[in-house]
Amino acid sequence: MSTSAPSAAATTRFSSVDEVRERLAESGYLASDAIATTAFLADQLGKPLLVEGPAGVGKTELANAVAAATGARLIRLQCYEGVDEARALYEWNHAKQLLRITAERGSSDGWDALRDNIFSDEFLLPRPLLAAIRSEEPVVLLIDELDKADVEIEGLLLEILGDFQVTVPELGTITATHRPFVVLTSNATRELSEALRRRCLFLHIDYPTAELEQRIVTLRAPGLDDTLVASVVRLVQRLRELRLRKAPSVSETVDWARTLIALGATQDHDLSAELVRDNLGVLLKHQDDIQRAAVALDLPAPS
Amino acid sequence: MSTALDSRLVGFARALRGHGVVVGTSEVVDAGSAAHVLGLEDRERLREGLAAALLRRAGQRQVFDDLFDVWFPAAIGERDGVTSDVPPATLEDRRSRAAELRDDLARALALGDERALDELAARVVAELGALANAATTGSFSAQQALDTLAPQTAIAGALARMQDPAEDAAGGSGDGSGGSGGSGSGVSGPASGTNFASRFTRDELRSDVTAFRRRVEAETRRRNAEARGAERISRYAVRAPAEQTPFLLAGPVELDELRGAIQPLSRKLATRLAARRRRSSRGRIDIRRTLRRSLSTGGIPLRPALEHASPHRPDLVILCDLSSSVAGFSRFTILLVQALATQFRRVRILGFVNRVEDLTDQVLGAPPGSDLSGAFDDLSRMTRWHRNSDYGAVFADVVEHHLDAIGHRSAVLILGDARSNHTDPQFDRLREIAGAARHVSRLNPEPVRMWGSGDSVALGYSEIVDMHECRNVAQLREFVARLLPI
Repeated sequence: MSTSAPSAAATTRFSSVDEVRERLAESGYLASDAIATTAFLADQLGKPLLVEGPAGVGKTELANAVAAATGARLIRLQCYEGVDEARALYEWNHAKQLLRITAERGSSDGWDALRDNIFSDEFLLPRPLLAAIRSEEPVVLLIDELDKADVEIEGLLLEILGDFQVTVPELGTITATHRPFVVLTSNATRELSEALRRRCLFLHIDYPTAELEQRIVTLRAPGLDDTLVASVVRLVQRLRELRLRKAPSVSETVDWARTLIALGATQDHDLSAELVRDNLGVLLKHQDDIQRAAVALDLPAPS
Repeated sequence: MSTALDSRLVGFARALRGHGVVVGTSEVVDAGSAAHVLGLEDRERLREGLAAALLRRAGQRQVFDDLFDVWFPAAIGERDGVTSDVPPATLEDRRSRAAELRDDLARALALGDERALDELAARVVAELGALANAATTGSFSAQQALDTLAPQTAIAGALARMQDPAEDAAGGSGDGSGGSGGSGSGVSGPASGTNFASRFTRDELRSDVTAFRRRVEAETRRRNAEARGAERISRYAVRAPAEQTPFLLAGPVELDELRGAIQPLSRKLATRLAARRRRSSRGRIDIRRTLRRSLSTGGIPLRPALEHASPHRPDLVILCDLSSSVAGFSRFTILLVQALATQFRRVRILGFVNRVEDLTDQVLGAPPGSDLSGAFDDLSRMTRWHRNSDYGAVFADVVEHHLDAIGHRSAVLILGDARSNHTDPQFDRLREIAGAARHVSRLNPEPVRMWGSGDSVALGYSEIVDMHECRNVAQLREFVARLLPI
């Protein structure tokens, strides 16, 4: 069943893994080998991509970058507790339907014509999922933080992710004209169902290697000396090895690099123990984490 | 697509299933098409592609990588471009060869040369890891290779190597030469010779050496898989994922890994619990509030209001065996309970070997994340005149001194293997405890088939209280999720 991709969607966006990597880099996303390979496979096999990983490693950013790299529109469904069919898929525009019924009251067409009329495309409010399926242009569909949504939504997604189609009882089945590139992200606060996982390719984005993180920092926070970037990354990688409540993520590393620029520390010898101590709050978000890091890094006590 | 690749993939999938990774037929089909699309030129990309198709959660990655190295080896026999000498024959030769290799390792570590490290791992296995009967069966031992090489001793050499060029570049500015003088080096301003990040060098080298050990182990598995067949090696030589590691067999390294898993596990449990609480407030209709609400819609109750269930937070009394045989399991469970303490009304932690000692203040007073070994290692107040666990005496002790802690609201959790060293099991005392408490459960880290064998009185106890097999983190998580109040 995995090979039964819709016929209309046989075109692929990328032709090789290297091309994925280059085009993502052009739109400002430096992908690791794992990310580039999996994104390429998701495109080639026509399967949705389920992305997990710690907060701030660029899960959502990946969808943005794919959209930018392929020139597609990004349609985003932000999940939250209690998100339902009417918010995710489609809704009938009741007010407009009522107006129509009132306006047609005097006409002689009869009830049957009216009923066919008010359940037509005109009165359908497409929500993100339906909008992505019906779109005339290529789209990237991002279903963000799926683990926050209720289990029922997953059942709704199965048809869309498996066959790229939506069934609206009054209108019939709508099949995608362009197969959207689907990215689902999850922070794993809830186990997603096996049925959903089975339909997706799985990608776990971990913290990047030191070399890749250096390139990311250089790209996102230009203006720092190369050796200072190396020192910053070494510090962050060391912090991740400590057992902290919340390990610093890539976004925090970039924030810290920007902090250093703002403080005018752009050379490697500017980085002193006092500077690290005073700005550790940019990297670590819990007081006990900061204390533990100060001990582990052998920082001087605050004066 | 070649059929050889197909059968390889099927065997690989079967090996994954053997390690508790659920891989269905559709996943194998996906893996096949992934391999077809990616081609077999780039091994790392093939690895990532297969991982994307076959895996469903992050915790399975370690097993996958190990098995991938066995089923899709990097090379057959000796590696290309690696010239390894004949294994040394005499003990003297072995020592000097190990010293040479250690020197090479120090150089590779100092330069951070990944390729050299890879080649060195291959050489170490070929030269130091070959077993005496290698000529006939072609077997290698990572243990033997690493014992002879002692890679951790290369750290000092690598450090010296890294500091040599650094000192030249610093131009002899004269102040403390980095490393140990951490607090002194930064204070004196920008003139200090070593930069801030240099204080991490030693720790980084240490993790590099750990990574090198893993390389050697992977290389050994590869060589052995060739000699004995991938199926056999993947069954015996690949470690199960952390979730499935039995508590009783976990060494210090594994226990440390498990400890690292506590914070995320407790957070996950707490989130799930919060969601369950919210859901459970749907239920009975609150008549008063529904009627009041209906006034705004002309007396028609359009939006019924539901009663909030008041959460029932039980007291938790944990009675844990801290004798050496099950200490790993007990510690892990206590750390998990410590992380979840806010979910209960009151938590009491009683440790015992053959006498009961109240550990509540020491455990709950400690900052989260500390390993509490001080509280657990002091067994002097938990033992009488021998150091073997004696469950009967302990239950008598609890009835005598601590029964006031157990009331009709408390859930009692007994941790231990119920191996009572042939002492009187005192079933009546346990019945007394069970009578006082709301609920008593027992967690036993031994597999069910071992219960009742030898000096185990598990079957006798399980007639009085609920006994659960709790061999690994996965089972413990299931149990704690059930125990937590709604």
